[in-house]
Amino acid sequence: MVDIAVSDMSIPSDRLAAARSFSRSDARFRALTATAAFIVVAAFVGIIIALVSGSWLALKTFGFGFLTTEVWNPVTEKFGAVAPIAGTLITSSLAMLVAVPVGIGIAIFLTELCPRSLKRPVGIAIELLAGIPSIIYGIWGLFVFAPFFQATIQPRLIDWFANIPLLRDLFAGPSYGIGMFTASLILSIMILPFISAVTRDVFDAVPAVIKEAAYGLGCTKWEVMWQIILPYARIGVVGGSMLALGRALGETMAVTFVIGNAHRINESLFAPATTISAAIANEFTEAVGDLYLSSLIAIGLMLLCISFIVLGLAQYMIAILERRAGGRSQ
Amino acid sequence: MNRGLYARRRLTSRVFLTLSVLAAGFGIGSLALILGTLLTRGLNGVSLKMFVQMTPPPGSDGGLANAIVGSLIMSALAVVVGTPIGILAGTYLAEYGRHTRISFVVRFVNDILLSAPSILVGLFVYELFVIHMGHFSAIAGAAALAVLVIPVVVRTTENMLLLVPNTLREAAAALGTPRSFVIRTVTWRAARAGILTGILLAIARISGETAPLLFTALNNQFWSTDLNAPMASLPAVIFQFAMSPYEDWHRLAWAGALLITFTVLSLSILARIFESKRLSQ
Repeated sequence: MVDIAVSDMSIPSDRLAAARSFSRSDARFRALTATAAFIVVAAFVGIIIALVSGSWLALKTFGFGFLTTEVWNPVTEKFGAVAPIAGTLITSSLAMLVAVPVGIGIAIFLTELCPRSLKRPVGIAIELLAGIPSIIYGIWGLFVFAPFFQATIQPRLIDWFANIPLLRDLFAGPSYGIGMFTASLILSIMILPFISAVTRDVFDAVPAVIKEAAYGLGCTKWEVMWQIILPYARIGVVGGSMLALGRALGETMAVTFVIGNAHRINESLFAPATTISAAIANEFTEAVGDLYLSSLIAIGLMLLCISFIVLGLAQYMIAILERRAGGRSQ
Repeated sequence: MNRGLYARRRLTSRVFLTLSVLAAGFGIGSLALILGTLLTRGLNGVSLKMFVQMTPPPGSDGGLANAIVGSLIMSALAVVVGTPIGILAGTYLAEYGRHTRISFVVRFVNDILLSAPSILVGLFVYELFVIHMGHFSAIAGAAALAVLVIPVVVRTTENMLLLVPNTLREAAAALGTPRSFVIRTVTWRAARAGILTGILLAIARISGETAPLLFTALNNQFWSTDLNAPMASLPAVIFQFAMSPYEDWHRLAWAGALLITFTVLSLSILARIFESKRLSQ
């Protein structure tokens, strides 16, 4: 009530005009930032719409069978997503099998074993290496690792497992050098820095009191790591690993170079295969016919679904972690 | 006292700690190996010619000039388009909608975009631009890269603005400064180094991206600065040359790979220097 009276009588009109123009420009700026935030969401929705509309033809033609057929034949225009989806899931899980323990090992080394003077340089090196473009891993895998693997390790592995029933099939066949196994190894090296960087951070955040209490009870260093620090940092480690898995699932260039691009599921890990992203990268510009293009976009849609689930779970876990940390500090 | 038990526990501890040292050795060793090969093979192909000559047909001499310029043009365009959007969106999240439900959605979507497969961004831009324009173009390539720039800038901008103490905002507001003016002249300025770090990281990220360019900007064997035509880029040329059977193309691919890695690593180190400057302020 008082405000109205004041604004009518004692505020000079030029100041009122200035205040009005300020409030207008404020509203404009706010609307501008909100639009930018909206663009972020629009880009994501756009990706979904583009993939769904692009894959409509393939999904309509093949129906649910698209997800259950292995055939991928551009000549007869019969396409099925089983081989690339399987390839994506197998290479990523194999890569995780190697990268998670090694990544945690590196984090343990960095937090507990590393001499103080080495801690910073090694940590920085690992963070920098997370930034190396994936095409570099691809070219290295193709020209350096694959020939070496083909000449030395692969024949030996085939020989070793020749008489063991199940492993015989997994490690069989001629040694091409390239194939699912090589792709998984390259992938695992690539995602290693992501896992160890996150894991190191959550290990570092474990309160020293807890560790000291465990040491005070007579625990060995490993027991402190395994039974105190790891359970405490569990959610962070899982969240970081899920982020790395998200990377591995969608990784294109590092895999495309060394997977061999063969649309079939083979028992042997040494056989050439394909992944969703590798198939798209290899075939998209050469695909003739609407159905072929649409099928490639359809497997892209599958990749979006898979990575959305994995990345969404990772976000969820990291959110839990942040809430927990926030709750403690308050 | 149970000596046997204690000895066994100590042994287990030793074994596993040795394993984790080996893990660190494996990780750092293999990454050092990659960089080592990159240096030895890459330096082999680096020469002045690389920067002034066009990509050659197989069997003849040439450089990577058109690819280098193409990468620079498309990255610059992507940064020019993506950075303002990213900074403004990050500002919205940190200043206006800190605890709103909309911000929660934006933040979630942004984090998904941050690690979503970049090849899907390529497909999106293909559907959006290439199909409607009827041909591959540098504009489409830049658009794809811009979509990758935005989430990186949003994330760092938001984080950096959140670190600006509220007392600064309150002091400015107490002087009667309008909200938008406070943001532009006080909080943005206080978070400047951090925001710049984010932009550098975004440039580092897109300068090595290959997948989204393959079917947006495609590739171009010749010199071209036409934004409406296919344009060469370093990663796409490396991909093409490395997959070819020609020895001299391989040499150029390695040289290009070295160039990209060098660029990306220097950008990350630069970002790190800005970061430590910010912390010491």
